Amino acid sequence: MNMTVAQSAAVSSARPTQPAGAKRQMPHVPENANEKISVRNLKFYYGDTLALKGISLPLYERKVTAFIGPSGCGKSTLLRILNRMYDLYPGQRADGEVLLDGENILSPKQDKNLLRSRVGMVFQKPTPFPMTIYDNIAFGVRLYEKLSKAEMDERVESSLRRAALWNEVKDKLHASGQSLSGGQQQRLCIARTVAIKPEVILLDEPCSALDPISTAKIEELIDELKAEYTIAIVTHNMQQAARCSEYTAFMYLGELVEFDETSRIFTTPSDQRTQDYITGRFG
Amino acid sequence: MSNANPFYGRRKSRSNLMMGLCMAASLFGLAWLVLILAALIWNGFSGLSLDVFTQNTPPPGSAGGLLNAIIGSLIMTVLGVVIGTPIGILAGTYMAEYGAHGKLSLVVRFINDILLSAPSIVIGLFVYEVMVVRMGHFSGFAGAVALSIIVIPVVVRTTEDMLNLVPNQLREAASALGMPRHLVIRRIAYRAARAGMVTGVLLAIARVSGETAPLLFTALNNQFGGANLNGPMASLPVVIFQFALSPYKDWQQLAWTGALIITLSVLTLSILARVIASRSRQ
Repeated sequence: MNMTVAQSAAVSSARPTQPAGAKRQMPHVPENANEKISVRNLKFYYGDTLALKGISLPLYERKVTAFIGPSGCGKSTLLRILNRMYDLYPGQRADGEVLLDGENILSPKQDKNLLRSRVGMVFQKPTPFPMTIYDNIAFGVRLYEKLSKAEMDERVESSLRRAALWNEVKDKLHASGQSLSGGQQQRLCIARTVAIKPEVILLDEPCSALDPISTAKIEELIDELKAEYTIAIVTHNMQQAARCSEYTAFMYLGELVEFDETSRIFTTPSDQRTQDYITGRFG
Repeated sequence: MSNANPFYGRRKSRSNLMMGLCMAASLFGLAWLVLILAALIWNGFSGLSLDVFTQNTPPPGSAGGLLNAIIGSLIMTVLGVVIGTPIGILAGTYMAEYGAHGKLSLVVRFINDILLSAPSIVIGLFVYEVMVVRMGHFSGFAGAVALSIIVIPVVVRTTEDMLNLVPNQLREAASALGMPRHLVIRRIAYRAARAGMVTGVLLAIARVSGETAPLLFTALNNQFGGANLNGPMASLPVVIFQFALSPYKDWQQLAWTGALIITLSVLTLSILARVIASRSRQ
């Protein structure tokens, strides 16, 4: 019998009674939700240190999933596994399965660069490349597509529009990307990620270095992007998780404590630790 | 008012004493530099003329210039830098990007530091043994190789240091777009570290353009100029060395002028390096 986690989740949540002491409830799954990424019994090691202790959860297609939890709980670690960013560093190792459209991306056969072109990532600190605004975006596109000048202009403009940055930079596309403000730089990084047409976008605390206005802009952006992309966002800001996401995973000390619809996590969490964390009693 | 407190008063006078000592030391060091520059300009400037740049080194007692020495220095410096820079950049790249903590990097870094402080006469002797003896004659090419061995450790060090200054987030961000490693290095890390790396090369040029010892054993000298890399070749430092030690007044004058030319070129290069470094910081 071969059930996806989504199906089994649907089955178990349809059951009238949960077994007593269940570690966590399975979330309600909307009929049209596909599992874009399935994490299964994922363990992660920094050298000999076990940082993720067997995590399983789904990322639903075209939904926003937020990861919350105190610092050091493994949220960013988990995110960096989904595009195998950890592979840049020796001594870091993942065990288990991460299925992207059913294929295990942890398999040694997986081409990391191709994977990263499908699973884009935006980092905590804005990281514009030392080149013009235009080239910041065109650079990634040129890696995988051969576009004419007109097509590239088109792509740059549409990406900047998607990132709500076009109006601010359209007259200085050939200025350095590093001349922009922090919030603009972060939106440039989002534009750059969107430009290569990934399927999944990972956001690692994308607003933690930004002022409230830039943060609001990026949250609006996330809301628009989810129409096309599967999004995972790590955040320390509980309100942000509540505002932006459909699903929330609460992690603590390398374990997944609870995964559910965001509205339920924030109103009726089933685990005491989740309750304590979201009410600010620890973390 | 504040001097009423004896502890504060004592501390303040100690602070002044310390500052005074530091300033005196700086002035002492600077004074010699100023004196050297002044002596060079005083003695060398009067000898500057068009002839210096158009005539070869003369026999004693007749008029001439430094053309062959200037051309020889230019050729050997350029060739030395052309040989040394790519090797230095590639080795520095390996240590910063690929094998940062590997055993090979540790060994190379250690050897590079030794090479960096090795007396240049040792390098001259080495190239003499390896090239001049085997070829059977002195040559400009051997001189260029000796200079490149001085260039390499300087470029290795600055390349590694400058690449280490490039934030890792930038590499991660580039990799996150699906960029292969070699492109991340060539297109992102090099670009971010460009100013520092160019500065390193300029400083290496400044360093080798004044080197005498490695050339004495390799390129020797050549009174008659010519750009034949396979034969002995003149260079400014060696001509200065030879002419300054000679008993002839006109040779000594040319030595002063040559010294002034080298110093001014090195000064220009250093200023250029500073300007490039400060531009990129903005």
